[in-house]
Amino acid sequence: MSSYRPSSRTIIILKCFVHTIALVWALYYYFLAINDQLGSDPVKAIIHFTGMSALNTLLLTLMISPLAKLYRLPWLLRFRRLLGLYAFFFACLHLVNFIFFELQFDFSLFIEEVIERPYITLGMAAFVILFALAITSFKRLQRKMGRQWQALHNMVYLAAILIVIHFYWSVKSDIIEPGAYVLALLILLALRRAKLLSAYYRRSN
Amino acid sequence: MLIKNIGKTSISDDGRSRGLTEADVTDESVYVKRRQVLKGLGFAGASSLLWANGVGGINTANAATFKTKSLEVVKSNSDLVSDTLTPEAKVISHNNFYEFGAQKNEPQENAQKFNVDPWSLTVTGEVEKPFTLDYQQLFSVFDLEERIYRLRCVEAWSMVIPWLGFELSKLIKRAQPTSKAKYVAFKTLYDPEQMPGQSSRFLGGGIDYPYVEGLRIDEAMNSLSLLSVGLYGKTLPPQNGAPIRLVVPWKYGFKSIKSIVEIKLMEERPPTTWNILAPGEYGFFANVNPEVDHPRWSQASERRITRGGLFTRNRIKTQMFNGYGEQVADLYRNMDLRKNY
Repeated sequence: MSSYRPSSRTIIILKCFVHTIALVWALYYYFLAINDQLGSDPVKAIIHFTGMSALNTLLLTLMISPLAKLYRLPWLLRFRRLLGLYAFFFACLHLVNFIFFELQFDFSLFIEEVIERPYITLGMAAFVILFALAITSFKRLQRKMGRQWQALHNMVYLAAILIVIHFYWSVKSDIIEPGAYVLALLILLALRRAKLLSAYYRRSN
Repeated sequence: MLIKNIGKTSISDDGRSRGLTEADVTDESVYVKRRQVLKGLGFAGASSLLWANGVGGINTANAATFKTKSLEVVKSNSDLVSDTLTPEAKVISHNNFYEFGAQKNEPQENAQKFNVDPWSLTVTGEVEKPFTLDYQQLFSVFDLEERIYRLRCVEAWSMVIPWLGFELSKLIKRAQPTSKAKYVAFKTLYDPEQMPGQSSRFLGGGIDYPYVEGLRIDEAMNSLSLLSVGLYGKTLPPQNGAPIRLVVPWKYGFKSIKSIVEIKLMEERPPTTWNILAPGEYGFFANVNPEVDHPRWSQASERRITRGGLFTRNRIKTQMFNGYGEQVADLYRNMDLRKNY
């Protein structure tokens, strides 16, 4: 098997590459939306774009450890936190878009929506989890928290499940696209079944 | 013959006229009024053209665009309407017409080759004199008028659209309904070869086809109920329901069925597509009602789609019966509109 080891300089270049793609990608869409060039309803379009980007980036994040294990590329793990933070970044934009542009600062409507629309309730719950993971993502905090950190960060699987259901429930009738995401998520979870089961038993004992 | 100069001149979708200006085909007062509206908007066309050229991800790969023709109207309600019109480019690119794809932009992308001539619209059922209209007759049997209506989608967005058409009641009266006619059922064309969403679950969103809708006879006879054959001075583009569609402005948009081939008067209440799919979410009546929420959308307010990007403050309060209560509230006296949603 390969044992390619990029130098730390290469890693930095690759990370810059990830930043560039994510930021240029987002800026491009915002530029179009602000100038009314993103379809007829730029508000819906930008909400959908940021939501799907958050979900895709999160699934990409969850793909890293299975890939690193399978192809013995431990250096891939150095991109996990970066991608995870970008998933959170897009989730933030998604929420901000919803409040700023969809609800247009009607905060009572926001509270009502979070309580009364199950798919929004799930979306908010997932956001809270991602928020907790993002603010505890510093290395120093990770060392300080020790075991608790791992327990907390295992919540990422719950967040991913909530987000996929959030997407599924938000769709009017089509089930094929959200269905594909359910399948992808199930595969990613199945690859970790040993870890998830042992975490579950440890907790229930 | 109300279609003016068919074949000789037409205004194509890219907005360039061929030897014919809007002034030639529209009643002058309407035309002047419309100019004023457009002036007030700082001319909506500029940004519309930008999209038509494919900026911003709107697919214009299908070079062959459906040809629309100019139509002449005998009157217009434009003097009574103060709402800002939704630009034509948005009206024809943001459509729920699952027969051509479940994404809002897909109908425009997938419908351009839709063939509407020949067409046949049959009026049948509980009537003394059933009849059929062919393509030409859709535009010639009844005088056409312009009706500017608000269109409120159940997904909580809305538009303001200048439709051209005639009252549904005129068509129904022509068939002489019997005393048994208590409902009116509508059916969209079923033609999977032309309407890819009908044969592909992936494209068509998994609803049953053909699309069917229905009204109670008194709703159908209300003077607001319109059979539309055009918008913005021209025949309908396919993504908006060419060649003939229903417009019931006090109900959610999904009631306004497109590309109709059959209108049948019935004694029993007919099945309706979205009600079959999710009876807990979509009722038979589907009147716009800010007090009764859809499980996934608050109906208390809506975003009005006109011009402007992300920072446009376009959220407005939704009005009971979409603001048409004066004309239609009587139809629902003594009815519990929470139960009959």
